[in-house]
Amino acid sequence: MATIQSADQLEKVRETLRAGVKHDLPSVLVCFGTGCQANGARDVAAALEEEIKKQGLAVNVSIGLKTTGCHGYCENGPLVVLRPQDVLYLKVKPKDVPEIVEKSIKEGAIIDRLVYKDVNTKAAIAKYHEIPFYAYQKRIALRNIGTVDPCVIDDYLINDGYKALAKTLTMDPEAVIKEIEESGLRGRGGGGFPAGRKWRSCRAVESDVRYVMCNGDEGDPGAFMDRSIMEGDPHSVIEGMIIGGYAVGARQGYVYVRDEYPLAVKNLEIAIDAAREKGLLGKNILGSGFDFDIKISRGGGAFVCGESSALMRSLEGKVGEPRAKYIRSVEKGLYDKPSVLNNVETWNNVPVIMLNGAAWYAAMGTEGSKGTKVFSLVGKVNNTGLVEVPMGITIKELVEKIGGGVLGGKAFKAVQTGGPSGGCIPKELADLPIDFDSLTKVGSMMGSGGIIVMDENTCMVDVARYFIDFLVQESCGKCAPCRDGLPRMLGILNGITEGKGTAEDIDTLNELCDVLTWGALCGLGTSAANPVLSTLKYFKDEYLAHIRDKKCPAGVCKALITYRIIAEKCTGCMLCAKNCPQKCITGEKKMPHVIDESKCIKCGICYDVCKFDAVMIQ
Amino acid sequence: MDVTIAKVDEIIGRYGKTEESILAVLQDFQREFRYVPEEGMKRLAGVLDVPESRIYAMGTFYKALSLEPRGKHTVKVCMGTACHLKGANQILEAIERGFSVKRNHTTKDKNFTVESVNCVGACAMAPVIVVDEDYHGHARSSKVVDILKKYN
Repeated sequence: MATIQSADQLEKVRETLRAGVKHDLPSVLVCFGTGCQANGARDVAAALEEEIKKQGLAVNVSIGLKTTGCHGYCENGPLVVLRPQDVLYLKVKPKDVPEIVEKSIKEGAIIDRLVYKDVNTKAAIAKYHEIPFYAYQKRIALRNIGTVDPCVIDDYLINDGYKALAKTLTMDPEAVIKEIEESGLRGRGGGGFPAGRKWRSCRAVESDVRYVMCNGDEGDPGAFMDRSIMEGDPHSVIEGMIIGGYAVGARQGYVYVRDEYPLAVKNLEIAIDAAREKGLLGKNILGSGFDFDIKISRGGGAFVCGESSALMRSLEGKVGEPRAKYIRSVEKGLYDKPSVLNNVETWNNVPVIMLNGAAWYAAMGTEGSKGTKVFSLVGKVNNTGLVEVPMGITIKELVEKIGGGVLGGKAFKAVQTGGPSGGCIPKELADLPIDFDSLTKVGSMMGSGGIIVMDENTCMVDVARYFIDFLVQESCGKCAPCRDGLPRMLGILNGITEGKGTAEDIDTLNELCDVLTWGALCGLGTSAANPVLSTLKYFKDEYLAHIRDKKCPAGVCKALITYRIIAEKCTGCMLCAKNCPQKCITGEKKMPHVIDESKCIKCGICYDVCKFDAVMIQ
Repeated sequence: MDVTIAKVDEIIGRYGKTEESILAVLQDFQREFRYVPEEGMKRLAGVLDVPESRIYAMGTFYKALSLEPRGKHTVKVCMGTACHLKGANQILEAIERGFSVKRNHTTKDKNFTVESVNCVGACAMAPVIVVDEDYHGHARSSKVVDILKKYN
């Protein structure tokens, strides 16, 4: 295929592609995100294809049946969207397909059983954009996801793809940096450093070689927006990086992707090859004289490699250990050359900013945090998935309006943000606007945007213990506060959750937190105290209940709880007895059963299988 | 797949002879042989003319790499925050009991290697286990052993 030689030619290609799209023909979009594939989207797509063929329908082939990236509403996959009706079907099975084709595609009717039902009001809502989960969102970073086929570059071109690049290449690099600075775009990976300032510092350093890098080592547990973007809209990241490369004067870019994300690696590889084939990557891009190319590097499953200096060491083929930052990576980064490292979502925002202008972007969000942010709303909440909203939305709005409230009508307790570097924010602060600075002020942080909802059955001491355990495993071991301090903290927290805590433990924890915050080498260590500090600050009662009363109020810590069967509720169905690995549940058929506590290992299987809520935790 | 020098060389040959490629080569070893064989590391050190310790350090640092042969199927039990809150530990314990295997070890019959991993990025379906490339969402401690029994 001939490469595209100029901006004009790119527009001609785009026009031709657009002319080929027949808007009046129905189209069917099947979500092919990891979540939907796990729930059987592949089979649904195959069944749709066969049925459409069998019925000989006039469905536009180029945009007819299409597999797309993640719509974010993974809980309810596989998702199927019908256009132009804008109808969303949830949990679609292959056996639903003939009916969808017959009734919905041919006759335009809606199949009630497949549409969204509001958890609280039970109202059925068929239209995609009217479902509360989507209605409150403003999708900018996720603009193409769920619409374009990530493996088809033409799809991206139809949706204004690489238009921002063509525009950028006519501009002075200084002007490009200025545009990004004025947009107020801050790094989406967690730190929130202004992207434009980072670019400017890099450009200012005298050097013949510079690098731009994309951090796709999304390691924060509970966050998966970068996976979704890399899988569902890889070209937006590539376009952003080319623009960044042009602005700072780099000719080589790297994408560092987690090894755990095979689909992201595959879709990025396909996208990079396609862009190269069209002349959008490589030598003399769009006839501008600018050369730029991108390499993909797979991570090795080390959380610390999400840290900038560790990531660069890993890219160089070394052990991913961080270094002290008295010299910043914009001066000496990859191979000791000036380097810009931005996160996936940051790069993905760059093309839209260049296309629509800084003022448009800066009009959204709060004073210090502009634009929108993608959050992964997960945990004990009704609607889980990826949501994109303007910065400044309150925790309450996010959990209640978009999330549909706490799962099972339980009491909302806290949200955890920022992954292992963040903290827990209690329900008393639910009106807090979510932006970089507000979250930091209350002892948490934005991180990459994981919002984990916790309810009354979440033990906050266990949450702190969980994160410290995580960090002990992920600490690279280079500096002493992190290597030795974290295991010491874990030991104390383990003791508390096992009922062996003492009154001095809280003081010792505070002291260790101090040492970490001030003494650790990299961001992993200096922020590692946050999960403990924030839970100590807002949930001290729970620590005291564990230490003093030897009780776990949330009913989580194994050593402090017992399982019991409520005789009045037990129907004697024997399901628990059959499933108990210890065989320590006894009782006659249709009679209340009893757990022998001396043999019980508290595995929780009886609680899981009981259909009558007859097993309680004390 | 058996470790042969020809296969090792073929994998090393996929990438440029630069240190940048070390991790990628080791990952391909892992994928091909289900572990990183000593012969492979030595060979790679020779080709790149770097000390063997340099390659060994990489092999022990990165979690995706294993110096011991792994089972036929890899079972990743996600221990991400969302999964943790929804009972991931009970799922892992059910697997440990059901197959008499400890976490991060391989079953005696070499069928499964059970790993506890930190977030597979499928939090909306928590708790999640990933068997080879298959994601199983909303896993339950009472059902997980039956799911795994289908993998032989």
